[in-house]
This record gives sequence, C-alpha cells and structure tokens, in this order.
Amino acid sequence: MLQFEQWNGFEGRLWKEEINVRDFIQKNYTPYDGDESFLAGPTEATDKLWGRLQELQAQERANGGVLDMETKVVSGLTAYGPGYIDETMKDLETVVGLQTDAPLKRAFMPYGGIAMAEKSLTENGYTPDPEMHKVFTEYHKTHNQGVFDAYTPEMKAARHSHVITGLPDTYGRGRIVGDYRRVALYGIDYLIEEKTHDFNNCGDGTMYDEIIRQREELKDQINALKGMKAMAASYGFDISKPAKDAREAVQWLYFGYLAAVKTQNGAAMSVGRVATFLDIYISRDLAAGTLTESEAQELIDHLVMKFRMVKFARPNAYQQLFSGDPTWVTCDLAGMGVDGRSMVTKTDYRFLHTLENMGPSPEPNLTVLYSSKLPESFKKYAAKISVDTSSIQYENDDVMKVYWGDDYAICCCVSATQTGKEMQFFGARANLAKCLLYAINGGVDAKSRDQVGPAYPRVTTEYLEYDDVVAKFDKMMDWLAGLYVNTLNLIQYMHDKYYYEAAEMALIDTDVERTFATGIAGFSHVVDSLSAIKYAKVKVIRDETGFNVDYETEGDFPKYGNDDDRADDIAVWLLKTFMDKIKKRHTYRNSKPTTSILTITSNVVYGKYTGNMPDGRRAGSPLAPGANPSYGAEQNGLVASLNSLTKLPYGWALDGISNTQTMNPDALGHNEEERVNNLVNVMDGYFDQGAHHLNVNVFGKDKLIDAMEHPEKPEYANFTIRVSGYAVKFIDLTKEQQMDVISRTFHERM
Amino acid sequence: MSEVIGRVNSLESFGSVDGPGVRYIVFLKGCHMRCKYCHNPETWGMEGGMEMTPQEIMDKAIRFKAYWKNGGGITVSGGEALLQMDFIIELFKLAKAKGINTCIDTSGNPFSLDPEYLKKFDELMNLTDTFLLDIKIIDDEKHKELTGWTNKNILELAKYLSDNNKDMWIRNVLVPGVTDDTEDLEGLRDFVKTLKTVKRFEVLPYHTLGVVKYEELGIKYELDGILPPTKEEIERANNILETANYQGYLGK
Repeated sequence: MLQFEQWNGFEGRLWKEEINVRDFIQKNYTPYDGDESFLAGPTEATDKLWGRLQELQAQERANGGVLDMETKVVSGLTAYGPGYIDETMKDLETVVGLQTDAPLKRAFMPYGGIAMAEKSLTENGYTPDPEMHKVFTEYHKTHNQGVFDAYTPEMKAARHSHVITGLPDTYGRGRIVGDYRRVALYGIDYLIEEKTHDFNNCGDGTMYDEIIRQREELKDQINALKGMKAMAASYGFDISKPAKDAREAVQWLYFGYLAAVKTQNGAAMSVGRVATFLDIYISRDLAAGTLTESEAQELIDHLVMKFRMVKFARPNAYQQLFSGDPTWVTCDLAGMGVDGRSMVTKTDYRFLHTLENMGPSPEPNLTVLYSSKLPESFKKYAAKISVDTSSIQYENDDVMKVYWGDDYAICCCVSATQTGKEMQFFGARANLAKCLLYAINGGVDAKSRDQVGPAYPRVTTEYLEYDDVVAKFDKMMDWLAGLYVNTLNLIQYMHDKYYYEAAEMALIDTDVERTFATGIAGFSHVVDSLSAIKYAKVKVIRDETGFNVDYETEGDFPKYGNDDDRADDIAVWLLKTFMDKIKKRHTYRNSKPTTSILTITSNVVYGKYTGNMPDGRRAGSPLAPGANPSYGAEQNGLVASLNSLTKLPYGWALDGISNTQTMNPDALGHNEEERVNNLVNVMDGYFDQGAHHLNVNVFGKDKLIDAMEHPEKPEYANFTIRVSGYAVKFIDLTKEQQMDVISRTFHERM
Repeated sequence: MSEVIGRVNSLESFGSVDGPGVRYIVFLKGCHMRCKYCHNPETWGMEGGMEMTPQEIMDKAIRFKAYWKNGGGITVSGGEALLQMDFIIELFKLAKAKGINTCIDTSGNPFSLDPEYLKKFDELMNLTDTFLLDIKIIDDEKHKELTGWTNKNILELAKYLSDNNKDMWIRNVLVPGVTDDTEDLEGLRDFVKTLKTVKRFEVLPYHTLGVVKYEELGIKYELDGILPPTKEEIERANNILETANYQGYLGK
C-alpha cells in the first residue's frame, strides 16, 4: 500500500492500493446541506485579476474576437514557456498556467489539419508561417489529410450536402475528459509507474495490430506525463508527488487540465467533476486552520478564471456552427452518491458563487447534476443563480447514475462518461429532417438537386400517405445510418493515428471503455412532419420536373411539445428506430454506440441546407435546437412542453437529450423567492419524470432585442444565455443566431 | 348523473403567479364586467370556446402533478370563474378526491348574499383552498366608471370569505392615473385591514400586452396612451397598501 505524508488525515485504503479517485472521494468527502450564508466575496486579488481580464476581453472583442495568435510555434506542453494574466500582478495568481505565453493568445495547433489552422490565422489577419506550412504538408501528415485521403465519394457527397455534418475531420474531436484529479491525488511519478506497469503487461508478446498500437499509445502517454512535469516546473512547481494542501491540489489538477488544452483543440474540452474532490482538501486545510473561507473561495475563483480564459484558433466557418467562441469547459457539480448521500459540498457552492463574485460567464460550462433529492437549500441556491445569471445547465443525475455510476462527468454539453474509465469518440450528427426529404424525393437533395442518397423510388402520390412515407423514410434512414457510422469509423481511426490525445489518455485507465457517439439533428421537424402526414392531409406541390418542393397541409395536427401522445409517440419511435440502425453497425475499436438529440447552435446552419418540410417549416429557416419542440409548436405552456421531453427514454439516447427553455422572470413569479421556488418545482417535476437535460434561461424578449441593438451597453458585456448545450455571451453570437434565439418560444404568460 | 359542461377559453400548463406553487390554469369563458384595462377581452362573451367536462379537464391537469410540490395545483380563472359554479364544483370534487390544491381567481362580480346563491357558493367555497380576489378600486363611483358595475357585492364577498375563515389573496391592478389616487389606495388598505384571512396582498402593475387583442376584436381601447407604472410608482402603492404585512402565503 502506498503511503505519502501528503495524505495525512485522509481515510480509506483501496485508493492507496491502486488509482481509484472515486474511492478516495467516497471515503473522505463531507456532504453539506446548509445554505449559502458561509460564502465569501471576492478578494482584492480576485478583483484586480478579474478586472484586468475583463479589460483584455474588451480588447479582444474590439479586435473582432481575437486578441493575439501564435503563427509559428506548434503548441505542446512546454512549447511556450510560462504565461500570466499580467506580468506585473503574477504574484496575485493563486492558480497559474496559460495555454500560451500570453493571456487569451491562441496557440498554433496544426495536427488536426494544417489548412484549418492556417485559415484561422489568415481570416484574423495573421500570416501563416511558410516553414510550418511546408512541414505539415510535405513532411508530416495531419488528421484532416488522413481523413480526406480515405473518404469515399459517397461520404464526401453526404458531407458536402450537410446530411451528415459537423464532423470532427478538420480539428480535434475533443470530448475526452482526463481524470485531472489524479495529478493532485497521486502526483505524476506514481501515474508514470502505473502506466509503465501496463506497458510491461501489454499483450503476451504476440504483436497483433491492437497490441502494437496499445504499446505505442502507452509510450505516448508516459511521455505526456513527463511533459506535464516539465510544464509545471516552468512555473516553479514540482508535481511529481501528491499535492500536500488545497492550493497545490487546485494547481496540480489545473496543470493536468492545462496539458489537455495545450495539446488538443477539440470542440469540447471539459474539466469534469472536480468540486467534491477539491472540497476534501479545502476542508482539511480549513480544519487545520491553514486556510480561511476567503482564501478557499479565492482558489476556486482563480481556477474558474483560468477556465474562462481557454481559447482556440477557429476559422469563420466554425463560428457559424458554434457561435460565440465556446470551449465547453464543462464542470460538473452536485449529484447523489450510489449510497444515497448527497455529493453536494461547500465547494459545489463555491463554484456557483464564482458567477456572483466575477459575474455571469459562459465558461466554464457549469452543470448541476440534478436530483429532486439534492438538499433543498442547494437546489434553491442553484435556481437563484439561474434566475440571476442564466449561466447554468441541469442534467438528471437520477437517470445518468443508473448507467454511469456516481463519478461520471459531462464531456461536452449533455454527454456523460465515467471519469478515468471511459473515453468517447465524438461523432457530430445526422440531419434527419434532410433524410426525410431524401425519402420523399428518392435521395435527391432539395437544394443542389444532386443524387446524394440512393435512388430509391420517390413519392408520386398527390397527398403524402403515412405508411408510404414511413416505409421510404425507414429505408433512407438505414442508408444514412450506415454511411454515417462508416464515416465516423474512418474519422476516429485517423484521429487516433495522427492526433492521439496522449495527455488526456494518460489520466484514464489503460483498460478504457469507449463510446461511439452519434447524433440527431432536426428531431422535432421530423416528428411534426410525420404527425402532419398522419393526422392531417398533406398535399405535395411539385415543380415542372416533378420534384417535390413544398407541402400544403389541410387540417390540424398534434405537435411535439404539447404533452400529446399522438405526436410524442412518433418522437419515441423516431429515436428508437434511428438508434436501432446505428446499433447494428460495426463501430471502431469495439466502442459502444450511443446517440444524442443535440444540435448546439449549428441548428441555424443545418437549417440553411434543409428544404421545406411537411410540418410547415420553410426552407433555409433554422431547425429547432436539440430536442426542443419547434418554434411556435408549444401551445400549452412550459410544463406541457417539458412533459413531451420526459417521454424520450434516456437509455436510447445515452449521449444526451438537450432541451433549452426561456422563461420571462415575471412569468416565473412576482418576487425572487417565488421565482426560485417555482423553478425548483419545475425542475423537480421534470427530472422526477425522467427527462435528461434542461438549459434554464430567465429573461424577457425585450432584453434580447435591446442587447442586439445596443451591444455597447456595459450591462450586456457579460450578458450570458444558455443555448443548446452551452452558454454564450449573447452579443458574441452571429446576428443570424441572435435572431434565431429571439424567435424562440418564451414562456411569458403573466 | 348528467355531467356539467364547462365553457373553457383556454388552458395553461404553467401558471406560477396565480396561487401557490406551479398552477394548471383553466380560463373560463364569460365575464359581465368591462374593465377598461382588461387584458383578456376575448373571454368576455359566453359564446365560443371549448366545451369540456370536469373529467376531461382533470385528465389533462393530472399530467402535471409532478410539478405541484409545495402547494401547486389547479386554478380556475377567466373570464369570470364564478359564472360557472356548477362546473367548478364538479371539477374541484374530482381534484379534492386526489388531494389537489384548488384556487379560484375571481373579480367577485356575480357574488350575492341571496340565500339561494349562497347555498351553491358555500359548496364551492368548501372545495376551494384559496380565493384570489381582484379588488379594482375601493370607491364605488369610480368602480362603476372603470368596470360598469358596483363593487358593493365584491366587498361583501371579501367579508364573507373572511367571516367563513377562508384564505384569500387580494390583488389590485395599479393603473397610473386611474387606480392610484392616494385616497383610494388608503381606502383599500383600510378595508383589507378589516379582513382576517388575507394571506397575500399584491399590487399587479398594469401592462399593455392585451392591447393588441382589442385591435383584433375591433373593440375600442379606452386607456390608450397610459403607460405601465414605474418601479417607484409600484413601490409607492405597495407602501400605502402595506402589502408587506401580508406574508401568510409564504411557507404554505
């Protein structure tokens, strides 16, 4: 059994025999069911640093969204040397470490794709380095090149038409959460020792492909761990041994995370479930009298400040898809243990409190793992923060715990993985709305008129007939699912080969479980279209070539989002049918297939490439985001809409079911106490019935319109809203996306 | 038993300001009053709307039971709820059989101390947990001018509820220049002080969200040009009415 003096006062034994952070947490954490009155305000250092960072953010915005970029030095663990928020104030930083040598400066990360890295530079007015261009085109292949070398013509056509879209084939796939807590609990040396042990026991000596690859990956991981030590040393820290106190624990953990964002530019770079873990160190120091509440809060404030600074170089096309420069530094709070104890600690409060100490912010993507059984005072505090800042999201711990235990983390928006035990192959999404149109038009794309899907017979009747359309749709979905999974298999293979996540995987068990995430876009429009065909009469309008271009619906039909089983049953059928078609395919590295109903802000771009739909949606207009009902479909108020979502079985969409709702504060209650209580009532009811996710926005439409017209007003600088799966500063959205948010349903009956 | 039919204007799954907790709200058709600031003029007439049985409403409402922790339940509003007492009695019998909290949101205009009327009203009152009573203005002449009707029986209803130990919330819509005379507010304050069962006393700021409906319905909107009260005006009214003294609704 290992023994370190840094562990004095910690209970338990299993976690000392092997890497087992969960066991350490369960044996040592202190549940807290009191209220927020113990919390401390920002320290002078926090105010100064945050003030400086806000100046930098203002400059960044004034510069058109980018403050500074690296053009030559390829990012790596020690590529840039140490950096600080402000050299003159570096002694104030209780948590140090930046992605590059300067704050908000974006690193040069070409391994995902040199073309994308260079485009990000040129579009922001920087000149790519010719030497590096030569290196990554002539001497070293990138992930992007590998993928395009191997793509089939059919894959390229489907990608081009956007029937499958958002694919991680030009940058990092992200969504891998290293167990960054391991760095703090064990120190790097022990982690190297364990990985070396795995290396020495990898296979029986017969060099199968899998074994060779495993050996190479393990060596990469060990080198990454050594690199982390060197990186920390450049800031004056030796992280070879366990952290001895709260300050070191926060710093060690952050170094682990920093290693990830220095080496990967995945869309989602989540930090995981760290609050309860850190609380153990903070509690020990508070009890020993070596730390005050104010200092404890400062540590969390400074850690969160660093999470607020994570940046990647992105081209404009990326911004169209994922607007507002998101990084999905998802950070999970609360949840219930499998033994029935709440995992809420004072540090869960401290993380939420950062939104008060430093104001609203989209990052980190604060996620409350919700259960109606959480302490009432914590539920109310979280609801209060939601009412005040619209910056947090909620995910149903009761349904997730069944599949992922009580030490999972959200690796993007809504997607759970067991910390340190699992990794995920991120797979973007298939546009099922477009697929339905392909079914009606025999695989021909409504926009380009290219034959993208197989040339199955198209619909030729005057009115759409439900059985006919469903049969055609089923066949077309089968084609799409097959192509989609195949495309992802190829992408994941190339990513492993050319852009392997050595630093993150070094902090995950060698015997890793893999999930293969797929996704659905256009969900509500398919459901409502099928409902229209089933319950009303949908006449087809054809152009001179006989192509089905539009639909005229006679009569009323039930819509998803009204707690009407006629429509909601179609929704469940759609999810299960698509998932069945995904499941039967071969998935790369024996990964477990899952799916999500999630679009992020890409619903706007996906909508552009999708024609008129039988539910009345016009060509080019945004799709409803995630699993949200369509705009204007919700006719019976908020909780009727929520009830429709509760019917979607989480087990069939283990990658998550995203729902974003906006409530006018006056419709939520006449005073703050009422608003808080009612929001808790709503969430209890929603999650108790098994729904998965809720983004909570509390503001009126007037405020959005004013912010769009007057983005220069100081009160809008940090005005944060939740969109599908993440939070964003409203003024950083593209105009189109601002309009899309404004056009959505506001629950505002007063 | 022949079932009573209700005339329903609309249904809302999420009401959060018309009674404790999250409310399922049934808006009934029909109201005799013609309050100048009414924001639901489409509910005035008895004609139209949906004909529904109490059981049909209950089947819809019960779907939202999960949201009714902390006192949530069903609120019947309108139009004027008390014009359809038979229907509400049957609906609330069903609700009470399932232990659901019940509220009526009323302006009190149909109320009368006539013994025949009270017989039925008592039955309804016993099935109702809380009455939300709108008192438009305390001065009877001004009340007639504002709504077309006297407020005598409305004040009698308040007293009757108080005498029968029935919980109520009193609400007063604040319309600048119309209902905000110091004298009227003080009069209302003094009247409410005489009641024993007021759990909450609220100022509802006038808003103009309903104005567009008047245009659609081709009805002249008489308060054209009047703006919603400012924060200061709302605070002033709350101070005069001493609404902060009525906190009984908390913790219910």
